[in-house]
Amino acid sequence: MQRRDFLGLAGASVVSSWLPAARAAAADAYRNLLVLVELKGGNDGLNTVVPYTDGNYYRLRPRIAIKRDEVLQLSDRAGLHPSLAALMPLWQQRELAVIQGLGYPKPNQSHFRSIEIWETASNSEQYLHEGWLARAFAGNPVPRGFVADGVVVGSQEMGPFAGGARAVALANTEQFMRQARLATPSTKRGNAALSHILKVEGEIVQAAGNLGSGVSLRTEFPAGGFGNALRTASQVIASQAGVAAVRVTLNGFDTHQNQPGQQANLLKQLAEGLAAFKSALIELERWNSALVMTYAEFGRRAAENNSNGTDHGTANVHFAMGGQVRGGLYGHAPALERLDNGNLAHTLDFRSLYATVLEKWWGGDAKATLGGRFQPIDLLRA
Amino acid sequence: MKNLLLRIAYWALMIGLGVFVFSHTGRASAAGMGFDEARHLLNRAGFGASPGEIAQYAQLPREQAVERLLRPSHTAALQPAPAWVNEAMTPPRELRAAGEEARKAFQQEQVRRGFELRGWWLAGMVATPSPLLERMTLFWHNHFVSSQQKVRYVQLMYRQNLMLRQHALGNFSALLHAASKDPAMIVYLDSASNRKGQPNENFAREVMELFTLGEGQYGETDVREAARAFTGWSIEPDTGTYRWRPFLHDEGTKTVLGRSGNFDGDAVLDILLARPATAEFITRKLWREFVSPDPDEREVGRIASRFRDSGYDIRTALRWLLLSPSFWSAEARGSLIKSPVDLVVGTLRSFQFETGDALPFALVTAGLGQNLFAPPNVKGWPGGEAWINSSSLLARKQFLERLFRAEEMPLMAGAADSRMRDFSRVKGQGQLGPQGRERFARALTDIRFDSTAWFRDLGDYAPLARRAVLATEPANEARALPAGALGREWLRQLVLDPAYQLK
Repeated sequence: MQRRDFLGLAGASVVSSWLPAARAAAADAYRNLLVLVELKGGNDGLNTVVPYTDGNYYRLRPRIAIKRDEVLQLSDRAGLHPSLAALMPLWQQRELAVIQGLGYPKPNQSHFRSIEIWETASNSEQYLHEGWLARAFAGNPVPRGFVADGVVVGSQEMGPFAGGARAVALANTEQFMRQARLATPSTKRGNAALSHILKVEGEIVQAAGNLGSGVSLRTEFPAGGFGNALRTASQVIASQAGVAAVRVTLNGFDTHQNQPGQQANLLKQLAEGLAAFKSALIELERWNSALVMTYAEFGRRAAENNSNGTDHGTANVHFAMGGQVRGGLYGHAPALERLDNGNLAHTLDFRSLYATVLEKWWGGDAKATLGGRFQPIDLLRA
Repeated sequence: MKNLLLRIAYWALMIGLGVFVFSHTGRASAAGMGFDEARHLLNRAGFGASPGEIAQYAQLPREQAVERLLRPSHTAALQPAPAWVNEAMTPPRELRAAGEEARKAFQQEQVRRGFELRGWWLAGMVATPSPLLERMTLFWHNHFVSSQQKVRYVQLMYRQNLMLRQHALGNFSALLHAASKDPAMIVYLDSASNRKGQPNENFAREVMELFTLGEGQYGETDVREAARAFTGWSIEPDTGTYRWRPFLHDEGTKTVLGRSGNFDGDAVLDILLARPATAEFITRKLWREFVSPDPDEREVGRIASRFRDSGYDIRTALRWLLLSPSFWSAEARGSLIKSPVDLVVGTLRSFQFETGDALPFALVTAGLGQNLFAPPNVKGWPGGEAWINSSSLLARKQFLERLFRAEEMPLMAGAADSRMRDFSRVKGQGQLGPQGRERFARALTDIRFDSTAWFRDLGDYAPLARRAVLATEPANEARALPAGALGREWLRQLVLDPAYQLK
């Protein structure tokens, strides 16, 4: 935010001589779209991508393990939860990357703190106030003509956009356009609370001005909140004005009790929703310029608990998909024989995933945003 | 017409007088704190206030006004609770045996009752003569979070509300012990499945992180050890009351925050209460609720030690906070963002809307992000700037705009239809069932606002009408109508100003 203000205010010749080129580069970069899917509550990765040949897995989870003959095989050791069947066509077309062992050193097992770590891309003991995408956009601004830097669908929390990005949250595009007349731009300044409200008013005016009329999609989305959120996301993406990143949320993964039915239901919504989303992106001719990634605060404990569920854990598996994604398994399968206090040890820093986005997808500098060097994951086609 | 002209002349005169009549400019006089301070106090310690209430408090010195709020005449809920709260509960095992259909019916009934309970609480907040008690009940609901979505049995949520209400202005230590063993809490944080040899750490972690010490004040080992001490807490399934199950309790030695012994859950709670961090954590949270978004750490430290020295007397902490120079400072005015409950209940109270059934308003707060009896997670509603994003801000404004169309006269059928359409997008409305929807529609036609009466009630304070509505200057100058145009439309423009979102 501060950096952007600096760029905006410094009309001096030194800046203006290189600014147009930088702007053009940014506009090009953000032709590539990022879609983040939050699996809120902490999805149980071990029952999502199942190490179905590992005896330790069945020993740790006598009641809730996914049976060997039920998994959808990805390799001779890893298989998907059966409710993820709708993702199998993507896997077969080699457009689905499965990234294992994601986490960070000194894991925190609080929902709130750990999602903050993921969304601000901080170290475990470092407190940052801006989301990682807010920092990325401050360093490499999104063109002003875009609908917004980021759009949040179906959640009230700004997550990775918090603390500076031009981001709007909406549930439904038509309703948003209708109501936007109630917002007015103001040049007034005030205390932090009023400034925040005025900033949001300004973002509404801007987004409504650029969102344009709704596009009707042929793609049918599964019924339910997550399907609706993906439909809205598709409508935002359909706008001519452009958007750099979209975040949608699927709630309910905090399965301390009676996990099997709940997780099966959630994973089915996830897989069927994402399969429909792919078809919408193809319809919009954006599948080849879209990168869809999941994230969550943490995975869950290796052993099941006494309530047919799992407690908060650490390292986790996530998905990335898109027309430019090189499908396959990445990272290392969890080492169940070497647990750290009952938890999976991470083998790949989650910020490597972000470095992939910042450097490989948007062609920018990841180091400034992430505050350190993280090796990108080679999951995009050259 | 003649009447209208007279009214205009009256306001013009009052506005003219306002410049000269010192005692009615809102500044404090020797005896009372004055209009502005009374409005500030009532907006922060309660949920808005009518012109009459502000005028009454304006005559009191600060200390006396705070004392009056701290010692309400009513502590019990005023509104009669729904009849089913005292019905016998269907124990889980009966439900399991009853078959799929019966279970579904049970679930639907619980959802329906949940809506009814929300309406009950919201109506109580609108009508209460004890606004600080209601605010603190809500504060503790957002501190000792439980959600109907997990607890399912709505009666348990009702009983939890009574427990919070009972301790709301009482003693924090007693409240912590009661809230920890509260049956809804036992379900919500899985305490009943926390057993000797098979610990479930959910409660142990949250009690340290969110109810007492705060993050960073304990380690993972403390969580694991405390979970062992909390084993044995359970519920009597037939009555839904707390039950101690000694056979499930871990009798071994536990070490929590450097102290070792064969602790039970109450002993661990006392260890947490003995830490200064607990008093500081609660004081900081109260500061954010009542004073400003940025606690003054030195003041917090001072108030926290008085709070702890008093044996955790909640009134002591509140008295120091509400009488602190920070609370009354110019910077603190309008520095907090209204919660959805502040906005909805505050608007209804401040403008004395006449309403029937409060159910639609409970759904409105839910749609704005504050679903009573169902906070999003154990950390509660994050509050502050998180209340306002593009979608919630527009929904707030739409609610206000519609509300201020309800002038004195009964709504005509067409207007009711259009209002029904606006409110029908309110989340949760679809789950009310046909009867609930009819109730909902009827309630919408019952909303009345008499702007003439409102201005009349301001009496001598009429020149301060804008300051009765906004905590700061309006942000949109262009929208400010000439002073002579005081009336419903003027109020509607004022509540749509961004500054109306502040308190």
